[in-house]
Amino acid sequence: MEEINSLMHGFAVALTPMNLGLMMVGIVLGVLIGVLPGLGGANGVAILLPLTFAMGNTPAGQVSAIILLSCIYWGALFGGAITSILFNIPGEPWSVATTFDGYPMAQQGRAGEALTAAFTSSFVGAFIAVLMITFLAPLVAKFALRFGPPEFFAVYLLTFCSFVGMTKSPPMKTVAAMMLGFALAAVGLDTVTGQLRLTFGFTELLKGFDFLIAVIGLFGIGEILLTIEEGLDFKGMTGKMKMKVVIETWKQLPKYWKTSLRSSLIGCWMGITPGGATPASFMGYGVAKKFSPNGASFGKGDIEGVIAPETAAHAAGTSALLPMLTLGIPGSPTAAVLLGGLLVWGLQPGPMLFEEKKDFVWGLIASMYLGNIAGLIVVLTTVPFFAAILRIPFSIIAPVILVICAIGAFTVHSSMFDVWLMVVFGVIGYVFKKLDYPLAPLVLALVLGDRAEDAFRQSMLSSQGTVTIFFSNPLVGSITTLALLMLFWGPLTSLIKRIRG
Amino acid sequence: MHKSSPTQNRLSQFRRTLFAGAIAASIGLGISAPSLAWEPTKSVEFVVPAGTGGGADQMARFIQGVVTKHNLMKQSLIVVNKSGGAGAEGFLDVKGSVKDPHKIIITLSNLFTTPLATGIPFNWKDLTPVQMLALDQFVLWVNAETPYKTAKEYTTAVKAAGPSKFKMGGTGSKQEDQIITVAIEKLTGDKFIYIPYKGGGEVAVQLVGKHVDSTVNNPIEAVEQWRAGKLRPLCVFDDKVMPYNAKVTATQSWADIPTCKSQGMDVDYQMLRGIFMPGGVTKDQVAFYVDLFKKIQATPDWKEFMEKGAFDTTTLTGDEFVKWLTKEELRHQTLMAEAGFLAKK
Repeated sequence: MEEINSLMHGFAVALTPMNLGLMMVGIVLGVLIGVLPGLGGANGVAILLPLTFAMGNTPAGQVSAIILLSCIYWGALFGGAITSILFNIPGEPWSVATTFDGYPMAQQGRAGEALTAAFTSSFVGAFIAVLMITFLAPLVAKFALRFGPPEFFAVYLLTFCSFVGMTKSPPMKTVAAMMLGFALAAVGLDTVTGQLRLTFGFTELLKGFDFLIAVIGLFGIGEILLTIEEGLDFKGMTGKMKMKVVIETWKQLPKYWKTSLRSSLIGCWMGITPGGATPASFMGYGVAKKFSPNGASFGKGDIEGVIAPETAAHAAGTSALLPMLTLGIPGSPTAAVLLGGLLVWGLQPGPMLFEEKKDFVWGLIASMYLGNIAGLIVVLTTVPFFAAILRIPFSIIAPVILVICAIGAFTVHSSMFDVWLMVVFGVIGYVFKKLDYPLAPLVLALVLGDRAEDAFRQSMLSSQGTVTIFFSNPLVGSITTLALLMLFWGPLTSLIKRIRG
Repeated sequence: MHKSSPTQNRLSQFRRTLFAGAIAASIGLGISAPSLAWEPTKSVEFVVPAGTGGGADQMARFIQGVVTKHNLMKQSLIVVNKSGGAGAEGFLDVKGSVKDPHKIIITLSNLFTTPLATGIPFNWKDLTPVQMLALDQFVLWVNAETPYKTAKEYTTAVKAAGPSKFKMGGTGSKQEDQIITVAIEKLTGDKFIYIPYKGGGEVAVQLVGKHVDSTVNNPIEAVEQWRAGKLRPLCVFDDKVMPYNAKVTATQSWADIPTCKSQGMDVDYQMLRGIFMPGGVTKDQVAFYVDLFKKIQATPDWKEFMEKGAFDTTTLTGDEFVKWLTKEELRHQTLMAEAGFLAKK
């Protein structure tokens, strides 16, 4: 058990009073960053990166520096759930799926319960991912290498298909919303031809539509418009706001161990491949809905609908660090910024890092265990506080949310145009809800459409136009088959039922 | 102990006033010391016209780190990624910030290729050239498990397989990696399947996973995979071998990689890592940044960074830099016109 020895050594490196202090600071900063929409983990880490430059001169300092930054990351992962549940505004892209059941729960006065479930599941997902990193790192790194363009496309296809099968809305409405998302994702530069598309000569459209701005508008502003129409009132103001909520929620969580396990596996897999935390959360939600006996009550405030995406997102967010350390390819934007940090401290991520910088790597892994425990303690103690925000009158909180949304939209690219774009998306979100079109497929297509298209066209280039490339080896073949199965799951099961009955 | 009397105090005060007056006068006459001419009065935005994690981004964040560590600037330097439209977003942003001395941009070859390929209204002459920091090399890489030991062996295999059988992976479309690929094709008469990816690190990993047959990665993008024995460098696209003698792997150093020219593949291409400011800035403002980067280049951190990435450390400023840029723009125009990469007017 060489790993156990290395890990114990890692704990010895990480467990200094200074490092524990940095962990706490990092988590608190991260939670704050996660709460503010737009100011995501990647931006937060980037802003604080310069603080660590002076620390990175010594090997011990490098460990401290990465602990601080990775704890900001964990904190942001935890914090993203808070605004999703309370205000239906996802603080982070991977929190979108958390709003589906989290927000209805808050409206029913169960905000504390939803927050506790979200935080605990996050912890479980992250913990399982760290276990995997500890024991399977070399194996997993090799597996990631098998992913070429066809495999990536198959994974995205699986995400889309598992999503289409699950929505309650009429299939044509889902497809319409998804197509609009694909169209928005196509704006900007086309990687494969190097040409600009659908920009109509507007320089603001060069960078395409940023997912975060769309989400802040569609969900945040759209929700506020709806609430204004329905009467200036928050639902769920009368919920319990005591620490007791945490214990009571914990009592019912073990029931959902199957969902947690499934989501953890999905998350680990998506983090490594690297599909990232956002598709992981959507896929976790979709799969849970399909396999859970309570699938029908998803979307109406089912606690399982919070557990599934949160577990998957955290498992993915955590395991995304593995391809960064072993292959030098970041699995998420935040991992990309951390990668920049490593380089500044004179550490080159890649296959040799595990061999040559054992102290650093195992110190970091040990800090993942400690950081997540610290994170759980910090966020759980703040549950009553955050849940109490809902007691503030809407007329006071709404302008505050609007301002935070606007700041968030501006921060993404420091561009005023984005703030107006956010308002436009807000109106679209409102219209969608009024006409009963689902928003989630649009968001999913917007965030993954671009990457799915790239992967598809790269595959077509390398196969010279033959579609059978998606069945060319057992790995890609089984993912593609699984995707098609997911897509036709509904019609298939009803067909089988009809034959039997 | 010496105690100054009130008279002496007054005297020294008078002297100080006189001294200050003299400085003020000398500034008025235009004979001031250069260090007092101009310096940033608020934080400086450092625009990267590329995504996070790429070569330009790594260098910008490294520079930010060195400036902070050695306290080279009173105000802080903030790295901002504006990667939209193959960097067009960043270039247009700086172009639009005329006379703003608190903004600098680091460039890569997309300074030339992006406007040519997309037709956006931008030319490097819209900016004020500050300094060439270094030139990034390109190396032909194959997977270490393949039998090809030299560039010649590889090109022979490509030729034997026939057109559109071997896959070349690269960063972006109609940018430096594809330009080099087309240049190789022109020379040897072969045809690769060129597959564009979003970033250089991703390209190197795709080669390790054998999803492509070769790449023209920059040294820093592939060095770790080389050290791990996963990739093999065949030749460098330069007219001379790289000067770094320190062993990178157990047996080889950067200097051991032959030039592609010596392998019968006469392709010579380097990528600019340069610093620009918006148009309309004053001479003093440019001088401040030239001086700043001189200080950065003098640090041991910078030298180590250059060696790790096997950069060509040629530095040019002023007219020489402008001359180089003019020549290089023309070369890109020719290369891209030959390849059919120019935007349709």
